[in-house]
Amino acid sequence: MAKPRLTSGSIIDGFVIGEVIHTGGMAMLWSVTRPDIDVPLVMKVPLLFEGEDPSAIVGFEMEQMILPRLSGPHVPKFFAEGDFSVQPYIVMEYVTGRTLKPLLAQLPRSYQETIEIAARVATAIDDIHRQNVIHLDIKPSNILVRPEGEIVLIDFGLAHHNQLPDLMEEEFRLPYGTAPYMAPEQVLGIRRDPRSDIFALGVLIYFLSTGSRPFGESQSLAGLKRRLWKEPSPPRAIRPDYPPELQEIVLHCLEVNPAERYPTAAQVGFDLQNPGLVKLTERAARSRPSSFWTSLKRKFNQNNIDLLRRNAMTAQIATAPIIMVAIDLADRADTLSEALRSQVNRFLETAPDARIACVHVLKQNRLTIDRTLDEGGHNKHASRLAGLKDWAEPLRQHDRQITYHVLEAVDAADAILDFADVSHVDHIIMGARTNSRQRRFLGSVSAVVASRAPCTVTVVRPRASVSLRVTNADSSVLPGTD
Amino acid sequence: MLNAIMSDIHGNRQAFEACIQHAEAHNVGRYIFLGDYVGYGADPEWVVRKVRSYVDNGALAVVGNHDRAIFDPSISMNRNAELAIEWTRTELSNESSRFLELLPMTEEEAGRLYVHGNASAPSRFHYVLDTETARQSLHSTHAQLTFCGHVHTPAIYSLSTTEKLTSFQPVPGVAIPLLKQRRWLVVVGSVGQPRDGHSAAAYCTFDDQTWEITFHRVPYDVETAAAGIRAAGLPHHLADRLFRGR
Repeated sequence: MAKPRLTSGSIIDGFVIGEVIHTGGMAMLWSVTRPDIDVPLVMKVPLLFEGEDPSAIVGFEMEQMILPRLSGPHVPKFFAEGDFSVQPYIVMEYVTGRTLKPLLAQLPRSYQETIEIAARVATAIDDIHRQNVIHLDIKPSNILVRPEGEIVLIDFGLAHHNQLPDLMEEEFRLPYGTAPYMAPEQVLGIRRDPRSDIFALGVLIYFLSTGSRPFGESQSLAGLKRRLWKEPSPPRAIRPDYPPELQEIVLHCLEVNPAERYPTAAQVGFDLQNPGLVKLTERAARSRPSSFWTSLKRKFNQNNIDLLRRNAMTAQIATAPIIMVAIDLADRADTLSEALRSQVNRFLETAPDARIACVHVLKQNRLTIDRTLDEGGHNKHASRLAGLKDWAEPLRQHDRQITYHVLEAVDAADAILDFADVSHVDHIIMGARTNSRQRRFLGSVSAVVASRAPCTVTVVRPRASVSLRVTNADSSVLPGTD
Repeated sequence: MLNAIMSDIHGNRQAFEACIQHAEAHNVGRYIFLGDYVGYGADPEWVVRKVRSYVDNGALAVVGNHDRAIFDPSISMNRNAELAIEWTRTELSNESSRFLELLPMTEEEAGRLYVHGNASAPSRFHYVLDTETARQSLHSTHAQLTFCGHVHTPAIYSLSTTEKLTSFQPVPGVAIPLLKQRRWLVVVGSVGQPRDGHSAAAYCTFDDQTWEITFHRVPYDVETAAAGIRAAGLPHHLADRLFRGR
């Protein structure tokens, strides 16, 4: 039996126990207060039964290790923990707001709503991945929405931390997770691939937008394993008006082989925020599930399973950055444009899964309402877009993901910084003005960007020519001159 | 308080000095040494004196197989190690030899066991190489934490209440919380002769308030340490391997 130690009004380590907020299968949540902390708090207490499934204890231990090491707006803030010698607990911020679960009462949701929610969930997943944590149990009841709209991921009992011992891995032979959301490699017991969370995000998008789960609700191991070889029905088979770009995104997340999925959650977020720019493939065109024979062939192909094991890896983010190239088309200096391109090329050699966002800022005047047409009557926006594509032409090979964005803004540096923030950009590459007089009057955009950017910034400036002058004194000691 | 735990210095003065400097910068309050102060390296006398001065000020130190080999001919070693021990005997002062001879096999305080090798038979110096040998060591003590060296590769093992054993390769500089409901075995790595492919010296710090352990890698002047080994007339292989960390 559980030890009935906690009661409303009792005090543990300074925390005054309030009411029970929630009783789950593995833990109870109590509201608690402490005089010196003025945010609402919740105490999570594991339910420990004798002879109980030890996963409850190990899951709690994992959460005790991982939660204190996470920070930022997408996780509940950690305050304190108690160990098993007296009373195990975790005290964390009580996130006001609701989970996504109530949304499931009315399905399907609109495409627009699905895309908005999924983009924010992708941002949250990307945030924890960058902190070396894979959640491994992404599902509506573990996703909270703050009143301000920010997504908070909760329950790290099944999570894996890249730099800490994984107590789950050795403890259990069976896969742990929530059956409908579990990635194929997770079914095989692999816990170190961040793309498992991307698969779960795909299940979430599919479920919200179609009303059915891509792999059903089977809880049996055989039912779980079906996803190793059987593709889900394309969403269009359920909703004929399903947008091709959303189908492309969702099926890209749900690829059996993690290597075929999006490499990072940031890249999923990028596509969800720019659905109009999604590159459509055969995935977007599918209208019915793959044939019985295709599935059967895949089922008996051991290579599929070997692939999953081989691809388990963690250094995803490093090889799949989002690179933003800020291009000043007004500056027609060919040397700069060429130098910028060769710099980008050099990065692509080391980061094959990188995607590139080519950005140009179309300057607007503060006081006058800009006309979208230039003197000659041409559409400025369209011509700049064409200019960007022309600049990137030599980079377009190997099916590389390149998108083009013309931003209209008064301040170029602000526009570049905003884009970098919202689009999870890892690296900004931009040119520097070479004309020093222009720089003196306009200020240097690159200097502002470099000082305020949320990521790495490379400023490209073609080498100025230097003339070497040899003085008489020096020349007299040069060996072998006579 | 922050404890620095160092093992397998093996007469490498440069590596030892770099680790001490690193530990001082991190406000280490206490030192614990897990043996093998001599053998392989060119400065055994300096290293033993330094360890002695710490012990005089409250540090703990246990004995390693190379230290015992100085006065116990029954300790078996490979040829290079034996050559180094023969040379080391001629280098050590009487006080230093005596200091090594009097070192204990194990130390235990506050539920923490310090031992050079596998705790199952401290005087036999067996290795903790894998989950099998780690389990053997954990089963032979009631201590909640065991710290050992001997294997020159850092590792951490944990035994749950349900007897499940977890092993982990620590990431340098990342604090690992040692959950109190488990028992832990920490292999701290080697200061003076790392063998995990990294040339930097290895040691770890343990915070006895938060129960967090952090493994460190400290770069040091490998060239000078290697030059010393060659100048002493010791096998060149012992100098070369420092660069490779193998």
